[in-house]
Amino acid sequence: MATAAVEFGETPGTGIVRLSGDWTLSRLPVPLETLQAQLRDFAARGAAWEMSDVSRLDSAGAVVLWQAWGRHWPTTLVASDEQQAILARAAAISPALASQRPFSPLIWLARLGWLMLAAGKNARDMTALIGQLALDIVYLCAHPREIPWREFSATLYKSGALALPVTALVGFLIGVVLSYLSSLQLKTFGADIFIVNLLGISVIRELGPVIVAVLVAGRSGSAMTAQIGVMRVTEEIDALATMGISRTVRLVLPKVAALAVAMPLLVVWCSAAGILGGMVSANLEMELAYGYFISTLPKVVPVANVWIGIGKGFCFGLLIALIACHFGLKVRPNTESLSSRTTSSVVAAITVVIIVDAVFAVLTRRIGMPGL
Amino acid sequence: MTPAIELRGVTTRFGKVVIHDDIHLDVRTGDILCLVGGSGSGKTTLLREIVGLLAPTHGTVRLFGQAVLDPDPRVRRDVRRRFGMLFQQGALFSALNVFDNIAFPLRELRILDKSHIHDLVFMKLAMVELEPRHAMLMPAELSGGMIKRVALARALALEPELLVLDEPTAGLDPDLADNFVQLIRTLQKQLGFTVAMVTHDLDTLAGLATRVAVLAGQRIIADASPAEVLDVDHPFIKTFFCSEHARSVMRRRL
Repeated sequence: MATAAVEFGETPGTGIVRLSGDWTLSRLPVPLETLQAQLRDFAARGAAWEMSDVSRLDSAGAVVLWQAWGRHWPTTLVASDEQQAILARAAAISPALASQRPFSPLIWLARLGWLMLAAGKNARDMTALIGQLALDIVYLCAHPREIPWREFSATLYKSGALALPVTALVGFLIGVVLSYLSSLQLKTFGADIFIVNLLGISVIRELGPVIVAVLVAGRSGSAMTAQIGVMRVTEEIDALATMGISRTVRLVLPKVAALAVAMPLLVVWCSAAGILGGMVSANLEMELAYGYFISTLPKVVPVANVWIGIGKGFCFGLLIALIACHFGLKVRPNTESLSSRTTSSVVAAITVVIIVDAVFAVLTRRIGMPGL
Repeated sequence: MTPAIELRGVTTRFGKVVIHDDIHLDVRTGDILCLVGGSGSGKTTLLREIVGLLAPTHGTVRLFGQAVLDPDPRVRRDVRRRFGMLFQQGALFSALNVFDNIAFPLRELRILDKSHIHDLVFMKLAMVELEPRHAMLMPAELSGGMIKRVALARALALEPELLVLDEPTAGLDPDLADNFVQLIRTLQKQLGFTVAMVTHDLDTLAGLATRVAVLAGQRIIADASPAEVLDVDHPFIKTFFCSEHARSVMRRRL
């Protein structure tokens, strides 16, 4: 086996080009540019082509030759019938159309428009999903035997019980850090005891719900999107439909309901861990007695804050599950779509949670603040 | 001449279960070998060992005289560029369209430029009898028969000397399966590659194979031309080839 070679013979007139060796993909010389330039040069001179020494020719060799010839047959060509047939196949291909997308300075405006349209479509589909769930709930009230308890409890376990260790750990550490940093500031004012107020309000009202929401969106939201998405890719959702089982009743509703139940409980758990962490840190840093901390906490943090935290947990759970299921159902049957939808699901869930948290802050600004 | 495929003493064990026990097999260049065997006899496992997706417990697999699982990554890569594999479900990259699926192995070579790749992809498409307008479709938009054709075009992209087929006609209706068998046969005549395939389908076997290797009881019990294999006296061969339907298919085709 020899590499593709080319040799130019000077004869009277335009000359003759003798090709030899294997003109196959694996035998083409690397880099190809020198050979191509050589061939193009000979073709421009209108030489005769002689291919009887070519031992093998495949489509890659044929394409290289054909393009060097400028996509038309040379005037004189000596080639076997087989070689001609392979070259003819290359000749039958129409050249690539230069597809240059015109650059427009307004492309950013168009992108923004597409983004808004996509957001609008998502909002519309989301509303449709919520409406469908409402209809399902009405249906299930009339037919309580069809309530999917099994799926509900499975999600409750996976998204709730299994998330207990990580939420406790993160809550505890946030409490420790917050307490430590605040105590450094408070000490300078001699306002050590206000650590209880500070920690109590911030953790119970704000940090607990938001931290749990971020964790659950990353942990359970992505899992839900991926699960429903894979079920779409493998046509399992269609299989459910042919069995007469509603996908919203069986897949979406149990997830939304379970997360709406699990999230408030996780919020209480995480806030408790945060307070505990803060208490330990305050004790170590400022020698604040545990007994004092515990007895002061209910006096300086109105109980309404706990209810606000639980309410937030409920809303966030509902939203995370809804968004996760919505994006899961929008997965198209390919891997790229699965990954992009899972990303969108987590990003959208966390963004929406932060926005809703801000709305909560405005709406509840007169509730549960000490001294008001 | 070095055989295209050379199996020497291949033994495969999964835990305590012995799948293959000391298998020897040579496939000559230009042969169309069909591997048959009962379900669970390890045909697909053997095929996966041939292409180097699975390492046998003992023994060696050589393609074109080079070990598929050579310790040198360059040798491994060079061997892998000399064969093409057609997977049962096509295994097209679902995120890429038909054009990019076929262009993928060509681009990975980093030898050819854009216009060469363009022409080559459309040549392969024409070879598997698909139209240029199909190039921009996504795998999810293709029918079963088209998926097989695109997968075949991708397997042929690097001008392989060996084509490995896993159940090439599974999931196609008889008419399409016939067409596909015809297509493979025509391409084999044109391009002269060696074929190793696994199939359950007697029509595919009778339409393509120049050699049949029968895998039963962890060993290869027969390795000969289709007509000769029919005469081997073994219970599996009797049930596989000699049912009423099988006889009529084989008689019609051979």
